[in-house]
Amino acid sequence: MSAPAKLPRWAELGLLPLINLAAALILSGAVVKILGENPWAALKLLASGALGTQEGIGYTLYYATNFIFTGLGVAVAYRAGLFNIGCEGQAYIGGLGSGLVALWLGDRAPLLVVLPVAIMAGAAFGAAWALIPAWLQARRGSHIVITTIMFNFIAASLMTYLLVNVLIKLGQQSPESREFGANAVLPAVHEVCAQVGIRFSPSPWNLAFAIALLAAALVWVLVWRTRWGYALRVAGQNHSAAVYAGISPSRIIIQAMLLSGALAGCLGLNELLGSQHRILIDFPGGAGFVGIAVALMGRNHPVGILVAALLFGALAQGGSQLAFDLPKINRDMVVVIQGLVILFCGALENVFHAPLAAWWHACLARGPQPTGGTPVPR
Amino acid sequence: METYTLIVLTLAAMIRGATPLLLAAIAGMFSERSGVVDLGLEGKMLGAAFAAAAVSAATGSAWAGLGAGIAAAVLLALLLAFATVSQRGNQVVAAMSINIMVAGLGPTLALAWFNLGGQTPQLDGPGQRFTSLVWPWASTAAEHPFPGLLYAELLSGHNLIVYAAAALVPVSAWVLFRTRFGLRLRAVGENPHAVDTAGISVTGLRYQAILISGVLCGVAGTYLSTAASAGFTRDMTAGKGYLALAALIFGKWKPYPTLFACLLFAFTDALASRLQGVALPLVGVIPVQAILALPYVLTVLLLAGFVGKATAPAAIGVPFSKEQ
Repeated sequence: MSAPAKLPRWAELGLLPLINLAAALILSGAVVKILGENPWAALKLLASGALGTQEGIGYTLYYATNFIFTGLGVAVAYRAGLFNIGCEGQAYIGGLGSGLVALWLGDRAPLLVVLPVAIMAGAAFGAAWALIPAWLQARRGSHIVITTIMFNFIAASLMTYLLVNVLIKLGQQSPESREFGANAVLPAVHEVCAQVGIRFSPSPWNLAFAIALLAAALVWVLVWRTRWGYALRVAGQNHSAAVYAGISPSRIIIQAMLLSGALAGCLGLNELLGSQHRILIDFPGGAGFVGIAVALMGRNHPVGILVAALLFGALAQGGSQLAFDLPKINRDMVVVIQGLVILFCGALENVFHAPLAAWWHACLARGPQPTGGTPVPR
Repeated sequence: METYTLIVLTLAAMIRGATPLLLAAIAGMFSERSGVVDLGLEGKMLGAAFAAAAVSAATGSAWAGLGAGIAAAVLLALLLAFATVSQRGNQVVAAMSINIMVAGLGPTLALAWFNLGGQTPQLDGPGQRFTSLVWPWASTAAEHPFPGLLYAELLSGHNLIVYAAAALVPVSAWVLFRTRFGLRLRAVGENPHAVDTAGISVTGLRYQAILISGVLCGVAGTYLSTAASAGFTRDMTAGKGYLALAALIFGKWKPYPTLFACLLFAFTDALASRLQGVALPLVGVIPVQAILALPYVLTVLLLAGFVGKATAPAAIGVPFSKEQ
């Protein structure tokens, strides 16, 4: 195959995602135009809604926390050559784990005890939900894309059953659990700020954001700085090379999916312990699917994922503002933009890659060789 | 007697529920047999459901709605084909992006055009929907339980799309297994390089397959919004595209087994609504969610090789490049 021409690292990791994002935004602008609103004004509203106020920033970071967890989950699996569409279900079941711990220990133990147990339970439940598709892929060759989709639906059915029949608060109509005890509530950032005398507008931005950052750092160390991570990346890039190197791909598949599910499973920390303070129907709210967009746009690297998660967080928060201010636009517009970003960053990336690479090499051939611009093999 | 009537009515509900599944599953069969994973069934159906309801509401004609539904799904299919066949993009990513985009686009356009909070207007005018066709003497026959009720409820009383979907099964079986086009289509899904060596365009065949899938998804989506219900509502496919994919896998990518799988899945659905809160002898009340999750569990078991073996087309999911 004519290998696609290489781009320098900065263009591959920085410029190309920006071009893809710009293409997605231009098309979204066209949709806004069709709806009869001014795209430029909409973009400004979006930006000011997401970043213009302290409250907006708080909400942006709160949404971003969810997307960091699911984006990392998708990325770890992707690095191992697996497409985990099941982060939605893993986040749902993982949240059940964290939520059960919060219900159980919330009024019995201090937060310092509840939080680690809730993290472990969320990760364990999420990992367990990923284990069956992983095992089926590794040992029986069942396609993981299909099985994880099926597990999303099974998770939704299971959670509906549990919430309607088991966890529901007595004497209440809506399928929600009782409220967590006070010690199972993660402190919000504005509360912490108030303690040290800084005023910050209230928002659901909470301690889980720091846990998400730690998780991103942990993923970076695990995947890029350990022997295991090297094995994972080799198995993901070249199955036969991995086998020749003595790496067991099926073991890597299972381990990568366990980590992936565990990361997605931590979503409940932010959504339930940090914000809702109870278990409720469909609390992941599509964050598992947004995770796909975040991972693709962030090039499956923790740093990229943080940036992409912030962007999607801003989109989610700015979108609410948009829907509030413009009568012809509702929150679904954000979903359109998310879909377009996945389309351009994931499926149509070659559209801009090839011309950009050709242009770059033409520049290289014409001018003197730039010193730092030698293509770095990836 | 009452049990008998209940069974017949449940079977009638099964036929109505199986129709969109069958149309989408056969759509997926063409695309997947050509080597392109069709996770986009959900999005294509949803897009068609919106277009059909919107145009039917605007023009007052269900047939115009059908045309618009097919056009919308074909457009989405073309986008999918461009991304996956021409640009050799990741088929799963492309399909997911379309599913997500359409899930947002439908309610967005509906709000802007109809201002009803993301829905299309109720289709209650004459000719705005595909209504049930009552066969001759059906009402007379219904008075005689056997076989009259079977005739009245199972054969008669469905809309045109239901009968078309039923006819589609033998037609698609014939196309896939008895025509030159079908042979080439199956070959391109198993070994595209052999097809390429024989001087036949892999790209052309895959485009054709994806377009057929688009047309059928268009009909399926139209059925949802202008026949099964009266208008488009947010997320009205509710996972039917994925369920159809499961049925396709359950049917091992073959027309008649896929029909059986669709009927089975639709039956569990019809049963779930009948059994809601009903205590059965021996087992007690079965949770509705358990019955609703059954198709997915069965599909996973099948994929795991515990109940038979499902072998996908060999080249599925792999973008074709002449030089590889």
